[in-house]
Amino acid sequence: MLDEIFRTTVLASAIRLATPYIFASMGETFSQRSGVLNLGVEGIMLLGAFASYYTVLETGSLVLGLLAAIGTGLLMGLVTAFVSVTLKAEQGISGIGIYLFGLGLSEMLFKRLVGTPTHVKGFPKVDIPVLTDLPVLGEVLFNHNIMIYLAFLTVPLSACILNRTTLGLQIRAVGQTPEAADAMGISVARVRYFTVTLGGVMSSLAGASLSIALVNFFQGNLTAGQGFIAVALVYFGAWRPYWVMAGAMLFSTVNALQLQIKTIESALSFDIPDEFAVMAPYVVTILTLIIASQRVEQPTALTKPFERGE
Amino acid sequence: MVNPQHKAIRSVEMKKIVKHFPGVLAVDEVDFDVQAGEVHALLGENGAGKSTLMKILYGLYSANAGETLINGHPVSIKSPRTAIELGIGMIHQHFMLVPSLTVAENVAMGLRSSRGLLLDIDIVSERVRKLSEIYNLNVDPAVPIWHLSVGEQQRVEILRALYKEASLLILDEPTAVLTPQEVDDLFKILRRMKEDGHSLIFISHKLKEVLAISDRITVLRDGRKVDTIPAETATRASLAQMMVGREVVLRYEYEPVEIEESRLALTGVHANSDRGYAGLIDINLTVHSGEIVGVAGVSGNGQQELAQVIAGLRPTSQGNIYLDGKKIDSCSANQRSLMGLSYIPEERMIEGVIKDFTVAENVVLHGFDQFPFAWKGFFLNLGAIKKTTRQHIIDYEIKTPSTETPVKSLSGGNIQKLVLARELSREPHVLIAAQPTRGVDIGATEYIHRRLLQARKVGVAILLISEDLDEILALSDRIVVIYEGKIVGEVSREEANINEIGLMMAGASQPE
Ligand SMILES: Nc1ncnc2c1ncn2[C@@H]1O[C@H](COP(=O)(O)OP(=O)(O)OP(=O)(O)O)[C@@H](O)[C@H]1O
Ligand SMILES: [Mg+2]
Repeated sequence: MLDEIFRTTVLASAIRLATPYIFASMGETFSQRSGVLNLGVEGIMLLGAFASYYTVLETGSLVLGLLAAIGTGLLMGLVTAFVSVTLKAEQGISGIGIYLFGLGLSEMLFKRLVGTPTHVKGFPKVDIPVLTDLPVLGEVLFNHNIMIYLAFLTVPLSACILNRTTLGLQIRAVGQTPEAADAMGISVARVRYFTVTLGGVMSSLAGASLSIALVNFFQGNLTAGQGFIAVALVYFGAWRPYWVMAGAMLFSTVNALQLQIKTIESALSFDIPDEFAVMAPYVVTILTLIIASQRVEQPTALTKPFERGE
Repeated sequence: MVNPQHKAIRSVEMKKIVKHFPGVLAVDEVDFDVQAGEVHALLGENGAGKSTLMKILYGLYSANAGETLINGHPVSIKSPRTAIELGIGMIHQHFMLVPSLTVAENVAMGLRSSRGLLLDIDIVSERVRKLSEIYNLNVDPAVPIWHLSVGEQQRVEILRALYKEASLLILDEPTAVLTPQEVDDLFKILRRMKEDGHSLIFISHKLKEVLAISDRITVLRDGRKVDTIPAETATRASLAQMMVGREVVLRYEYEPVEIEESRLALTGVHANSDRGYAGLIDINLTVHSGEIVGVAGVSGNGQQELAQVIAGLRPTSQGNIYLDGKKIDSCSANQRSLMGLSYIPEERMIEGVIKDFTVAENVVLHGFDQFPFAWKGFFLNLGAIKKTTRQHIIDYEIKTPSTETPVKSLSGGNIQKLVLARELSREPHVLIAAQPTRGVDIGATEYIHRRLLQARKVGVAILLISEDLDEILALSDRIVVIYEGKIVGEVSREEANINEIGLMMAGASQPE
């Protein structure tokens, strides 16, 4: 019985829950690898979530909804890049600023334009012939909508870009020793603009994956801290895409277990305190973070704006 | 990777270049030019403005006034990218390498890939390997930079410049970390490049080298140009005079000092290198009070490990180290320093100073919590710190706008003088000096040598690790040669013979 709950319900829901984390943390991986800590992820997620939700609500078109999210992410990413790369602002502080801006603006727009929470018709599940019909595996892995597959697709893609392309090499060089990259003719600013803007788009998609693919509605502070967790997951995964994904899966699995707590309790005929259940994902993450961080080498130029030594 | 498609540079002219930094006029109306097929050397004391002038040419700094012409046409070089596109390459005084990336990745970064967006590291590695063979550089493309010794990193810089086939190559103190043999090899490469019509700008403090390689020599002093002269008409003495403004003697009276008790002893010491394999093998070494023991060897043969093991920055895997007869194997670097050990590290930018701290803060890096710099071990005595710093600045002729200037904006040689001033003023029992005059101008070299001899006279035990054989021969009472982590020979001052030592450095065993 417990076995079954775990295999199907918990794992399938963990995969769903991991989706926004993966989008956001892959984007953040790029920006941190190049030396920019973007703490505004949460705010951009909220704006992306609202933009896509509202578009779908008005037009009924999911494609337009996605485009709205991408546009929002692009814009917010550029703003973030401008603040942290061109203005060389303190990244921790400016990130919080972007978060508060996104939180406030998305809530205000929602109240003005929508008012009462209304569900939209989000991305439907995709039936993959044969695969979806497989026992267990089919339900866990091949019973999801397109956004979820897309999220998991960004992981190998990110790893490939970072490790096997000239762009990836530039990103890594800029994040470690910007002076050296600069001296070799790499534009530190251009690379960072690229990664931070990409991070913005991915964060916005993370928001959209909530509002038009997973929960299919919007409300103020819909993301409830998931953007911040995505940032932490990047550290957790030591700036490596597959590790970051593993972190996201671990976190969302514990999360999924917690959602199924009643079922599990009754199966075990054992009572788990609520407080403990709520804390569990965070505790597990922090513990793993402590263990993992022992052998981690972070981008040495992280959070440091670049200036030629003039 | 594709070679850059720039046009050949026939001439570069810099006219009336001016560069200010806060509190310093680093370059003052300097004219400088270089033609295809020549080596133009740039000479001057530490802080004379050599690197600054070259960084302007390479687009790292922008000049406050003046213009640059290439092949007679004015150009505006706003960033290294423009410089690279114009065919200018530069080997920097402080390496521009990314430590976590491999040699091949460091070469490939900033280059276009032959596979478009995808990296072609295998192709780059292959070419790096070939170049490394042709030019005898002995560089493995797959190794990350942080595994390499300074000398090896310098070879990577040279290799990267060769790889890019720049039309004009600026070399800012490329030989500071090379051995005599490596310098010969580099000169062969440079001569070949010159014959192929490349223009070369060469900066060095070693007058012998400058005279050997250059066609013309320009001397800077305090940001101004003293003169440009053809190399044939120059001598070491005349150049030194032009640079310093006074006569410099690099010959010292050797006074025998009564050798007393053993201060530093290593018995059967083994240690691993960063790359995991044996870095030091069975080192037995004693340095007595009033004695300078020179460690000669080609860079990367265990010198860095030796210095770090003694300083407490690298664990030993076997053997013991004694300081004044006390076993110090388990003491931390800080404890050793308090027990009277001073260390002038080879990588001064990393181990010697904190780049973002001011000159004064760096002066009290050790002992900032002790009298006279602190009161009750807690309150800093800023007055005393400033006073000591000022004294160091005067004694060692350190060029800095103030005691509150961050160390990173000092010229390379002046940073070295600062570290030396700090370490020698602590009146140590034992001094480990690793490449103490690397990158230091001759005036200051003379000064540093005199200071070391003075310390010897008052009974300090000095371990002098240097790749400069002339320096070792001039100062040491005893010379040991290190090769592949082992001490392969030992000679006294009287029996020292430069050829024999050179052979031992290359791995030949000591003739009986
Ligand atoms: N980025 C900087 N900011 C402030 N001052 C600087 C900076 N770079 C150089 N300076 C100052 O300009 C002067 C010239 O320095 P520069 O590095 O050109 O000397 P150098 O001739 O290369 O000396 P060295 O032989 O020691 O390398 C020095 O007084 C130095 O302190
Ligand atoms: Mg210099």
